[in-house]
Amino acid sequence: MAEVTLLQTRGLTRRFGGLTAVDRVDFTLMQGEIRAIIGPNGAGKSTFVGLLSGRIAPDAGTVLFDGQDITRLPAHRRVRLGIAYTFQITNIYPAMTVRENLAVAAQSRLAHEAEIAAAAQEAAIAVGLEDRLPDRAGALSYGHQRLLEVAMGLALHPKLLILDEPTQGLSDDEIDNFLTVVRRVAQTATVLLIEHNMDVVMALATAITVLDRGRILAEGPPEAIARDPAVQDAYLGSAT
Amino acid sequence: MRNLRLFALTIAVLAGLFGVQFVISGYPVLALTRILILAVFAMGYNVLMGYTGLVSLGHALFFAAGLYGAGLAAYYGGVALPIAFAAGIAAAAVLSLVVGLLALRTQTVSFMIVTLMFAQAGYLATLHFSAITGGDQGLSLPAHARSFSLLGQEIALTSATARYNIALAVFAVVLLALYALTQGPRGRLFAAVRENPERTRMLGYDVGRIRLLAFTVSGTISGVAGALYGLMFGFIGSSFAEFRSSVEVLLFTLVGGPGTLFGPLVGTTVMTLLIDRLSGLTSAYLIAVGVLLIVLTLWFPKGILGTIRDRWAPWLR
Ligand SMILES: Nc1ncnc2c1ncn2[C@@H]1O[C@H](COP(=O)(O)OP(=O)(O)O)[C@@H](O)[C@H]1O
Ligand SMILES: [Mg+2]
Repeated sequence: MAEVTLLQTRGLTRRFGGLTAVDRVDFTLMQGEIRAIIGPNGAGKSTFVGLLSGRIAPDAGTVLFDGQDITRLPAHRRVRLGIAYTFQITNIYPAMTVRENLAVAAQSRLAHEAEIAAAAQEAAIAVGLEDRLPDRAGALSYGHQRLLEVAMGLALHPKLLILDEPTQGLSDDEIDNFLTVVRRVAQTATVLLIEHNMDVVMALATAITVLDRGRILAEGPPEAIARDPAVQDAYLGSAT
Repeated sequence: MRNLRLFALTIAVLAGLFGVQFVISGYPVLALTRILILAVFAMGYNVLMGYTGLVSLGHALFFAAGLYGAGLAAYYGGVALPIAFAAGIAAAAVLSLVVGLLALRTQTVSFMIVTLMFAQAGYLATLHFSAITGGDQGLSLPAHARSFSLLGQEIALTSATARYNIALAVFAVVLLALYALTQGPRGRLFAAVRENPERTRMLGYDVGRIRLLAFTVSGTISGVAGALYGLMFGFIGSSFAEFRSSVEVLLFTLVGGPGTLFGPLVGTTVMTLLIDRLSGLTSAYLIAVGVLLIVLTLWFPKGILGTIRDRWAPWLR
């Protein structure tokens, strides 16, 4: 398969007051990858993916997606282009049913109620929530709420699925299930994953990017990154 | 995911409202005519406040836009009543689009204040241009504006039966339109914006545009009620543009159940019956209403139908 660039940033920068959270980042993501972004707390990971999804506006630099400059595109238009984003802190519609949560997502690309209902069902099955469709989303366990959020991303049929610390707070069993889900998603979408759990990273990632103080410290295949002394120094050594 | 039980209820309520005119007569017919028209106002308000979650304190403006748009067209333009009615609706539609574009730059408390200010400006304008509007004395529509012909038939608005059936027809059209709007994909988006705007944006929706749509639909339906009220009773006056109208429609919606299709009808019925009593008992009517609003907001925010929905009937929405 020919390597196709899905997403590219050049000189991407975002400051908060005196702090440069993302500092002139040049980043390239190939189609079909599962890329993990790791780095200590406050490294700028969430800000970086926020710049990609359009939730946060950059101070400098450009974002190219699928051959198009999307730097100035509002977030909702980027979603329509195929960038799905799940929040670091669970963000669903607690008062609505699981089915309605998924329907809102599916409706973003579908017009007919029957298609929307089918897509909602399909997304629920993909994460194993099909038995919970009639339940109020707010009544789900924390782990199931995270899965629901991933399913909402799937219902968008994205080209790129961005997950910000999706396994945080999940039990080991839930993490196993999550690995299966992401592997399945990766057959049709590129996945960009911020993750603290190194077991998850090593199990999933085809490549790793290490962020530290807003800059890319290292990048490469998982084994190489795990061995990199600079990375061990800056991150792995201090990881909990 | 259509809501069949709610649709059945809709048809049953309309049939019941049609049938009731053969049972009652005299003042109750007039009272029920007023209730239906004011319920349309509350149904419009409910689109914005109940379904989309934006509390406006200025909907008297859109009711008044319909009232004056229709009333002035009939009074000065001498046009046929259906055309005057359409003129009122168009006035409310344009005004709500423009006010929506401006007011939706703000949120929550600022939004309440900005909508209130627009409405006060509208109210003061009706007083300022009293040479045209008649100010707080108002204008009574002339005889030629008290009847119209429909399909070759002359319909006199001095007949209580004619008024009731026209009000019911407009109520039915608005109710069915709102059923279609709120129980389908569009209604789901309104709810999504109300429940979690940021999540909705990150699912690919232009939240600002959804809010503007809700605002414009809401203001336009309020204008339908205003136009109908002015033409049915043959009177337009600035008291309809007062802050009091904005508060009453909020109250009706809140009592009946925001975000439920029938909440506005239930709330309007209960409250107009109550207000008739209240204003007889106390001159401090607005204070009573204010206290009621606070009590409702604190202890009964879902209203009558909202509470029933949450306890027993999730389809009642
Ligand atoms: N909205 C904000 N306002 C001010 N500072 C922020 C904001 N968002 C993030 N930061 C700061 O930017 C840095 C990077 O944050 P973040 O991207 O959340 O890091 P990570 O996700 O890697 O833990 C941190 O120092 C954080 O305090
Ligand atoms: Mg983070």
